Amino acid sequence: MESNHLIELENITKEYSGDKALDNINLYIRNGEFLTLLGPSGCGKTTMLRIIAGFTMPSEGKVYMDDKEVTHVPPYKRRVNTVFQKYALFMHLNVFDNVAFGLKLKKMSKKEITNRVENILELVNLKGYEKRWVEQLSGGQQQRVAIARALVNDPEVLLLDEPLSALDKKLRKGMQVELKRMQQAVGITFIYVTHDQEEALTMSDTIVVMNEGKIQQIGTPADIYNEPKNQFVAQFIGESNIIEGIMLQDYMVSFKGNVYECVDKGFERNELVDLVIRPEDVDIVPLGSAPLSGVITNVIFMGVHYAITVNCNEFSLMVHTTDLVPVGEHVSVQILPDAIHVMKKPKEVSEFEIVMDEEKE
Amino acid sequence: MKRTFFSTPYIVWMIIFIVVPMLFIFYSAFIQDGHFTTEFVNQALETPLYISVLIRSIVVALIATALCLLIGYPVAYILSNMKKSTAAILSMFFILPMWMNFLLRTYAWQVILADNGVLNMLLTTLGFAKGSFMYTQGAVLLVTVYNFLPFMILPIYTILSKIDRSHIEAAHDLGANSANTFFKVVLPLSVPGVVSGITMVFIPAITTFAISRLIGGKKYPLYGDLIEDKIVASGNLGLGSVLSIILLVLVIISIVVMHKMEAEQGNEEGGTLW
Repeated sequence: MESNHLIELENITKEYSGDKALDNINLYIRNGEFLTLLGPSGCGKTTMLRIIAGFTMPSEGKVYMDDKEVTHVPPYKRRVNTVFQKYALFMHLNVFDNVAFGLKLKKMSKKEITNRVENILELVNLKGYEKRWVEQLSGGQQQRVAIARALVNDPEVLLLDEPLSALDKKLRKGMQVELKRMQQAVGITFIYVTHDQEEALTMSDTIVVMNEGKIQQIGTPADIYNEPKNQFVAQFIGESNIIEGIMLQDYMVSFKGNVYECVDKGFERNELVDLVIRPEDVDIVPLGSAPLSGVITNVIFMGVHYAITVNCNEFSLMVHTTDLVPVGEHVSVQILPDAIHVMKKPKEVSEFEIVMDEEKE
Repeated sequence: MKRTFFSTPYIVWMIIFIVVPMLFIFYSAFIQDGHFTTEFVNQALETPLYISVLIRSIVVALIATALCLLIGYPVAYILSNMKKSTAAILSMFFILPMWMNFLLRTYAWQVILADNGVLNMLLTTLGFAKGSFMYTQGAVLLVTVYNFLPFMILPIYTILSKIDRSHIEAAHDLGANSANTFFKVVLPLSVPGVVSGITMVFIPAITTFAISRLIGGKKYPLYGDLIEDKIVASGNLGLGSVLSIILLVLVIISIVVMHKMEAEQGNEEGGTLW
């Protein structure tokens, strides 16, 4: 076991009356990283967080922290603190006493407590709010108190359970940047649970994509976005066109009757594969200047770009572009080699299709 | 038509059955033969018997309230930690007696506590000596606690079951063991329930008269018995009215104190019955 593995999950399974919320999870978390557990609701990400916090016991498997097994250690003996989804601030205490709650239990001196609370409130930009009651604070401020209350205890790991989900979009964006800043300032490990892929991509060092109790992919945000391992990840992270194709040979793939150059290799000859083509990697060009052609059936203004649907005979392609092309126009679509990402076909095709259908709702 | 129109029957009801009787009480307390008088007030405050009965009433009500709290809080706490369906069935058992008339329940206790009653039968079959339970202060207290216990359990149970689990988890997360979590988080958060429980037990307990009459006999009269005695038996409306006003003032003071206690708690999450 390497020393920078702060937390290790070994063969973790959690069953709720026969249903597997987590299915044989193996994961290590490095010291000081910002790790995000990302997935749709019910994928097991919150269960995983609760197992690390100690609120939930796994049905099988072991949890290690600092190379010591902590599977059955109660939460109050773990050097882990949690920021809860609905903050769970103590309404009967003011901001200072909320933040000082953990320190007072450790029987620290008054001076030391005051010192640490002041410092942490400064970190979360809440200086001067000590005497306020929780209910007098806005959602964003309550959020900061919750973070301060957890961080002030000097945990080795801070667990955050969808902490931004109750905030409005603008506030959420601001808090994302701030959370990252706080994490870098205190230099401890953050484990962050979210279903929002944008949040995950913005803040994380490592993203763990989960679905149906299983880890789908672990990687940096860029890895996950550019090299999705399977259909589920491709579909869940960003928008994608997923098209079935045939890998003719290394660096050459055919789909919908055309042959394209690509940057992937290592597949069998004529293997049936899935292709991910990100809408922003596709270009609309004048009719005839690329092999694939179609008619524009839908244009939606998205602010920065237009989301354009091109109907190419038997399938539609989503294209994101800043150029407005009117509906009904016949165009060609240019797909360059590095726009095509080839994935192995999943073995259980039907399972993924079900998930994708749910996602579209 | 204004919507306030529909409240008219209620307002009329209130005037006839609450405001007018109150005015009537105040009138007979301070007016005698068309003249203002403080004679009844002096009587009420200077007769040692009345004062000692008042003190007994306060003491009995305080002890009954304390016992209800001591029994009721743990019961409510245990109920709130149970599965919702189990708790619903169990709390039915506490509510069930309330479906029956208060006087009937008290009469039932007479049957249990009487010299040849159920309790003594049980004791003799078990080989113990017979005891005399009726007409004791302990019996009055027991029946008072029995009658008012549900009013303590229900508000506390309601507020405890509304406490978000995440608060308890947050306390554990911050290093609190079970005892710390209870005293620093659960108990403070349940204060509004405790306050309304105390109010709902203390006020009826201090004004009760049937229990002391039926269970305590004439030996341990409470203030309510005194009022009833003066008005119904002696026909001394003036003195009875003054005693009623004294009790009313006492009730108002206790309500104000309760509200103060709750306000000091700082949080008004609602969910109380007052």
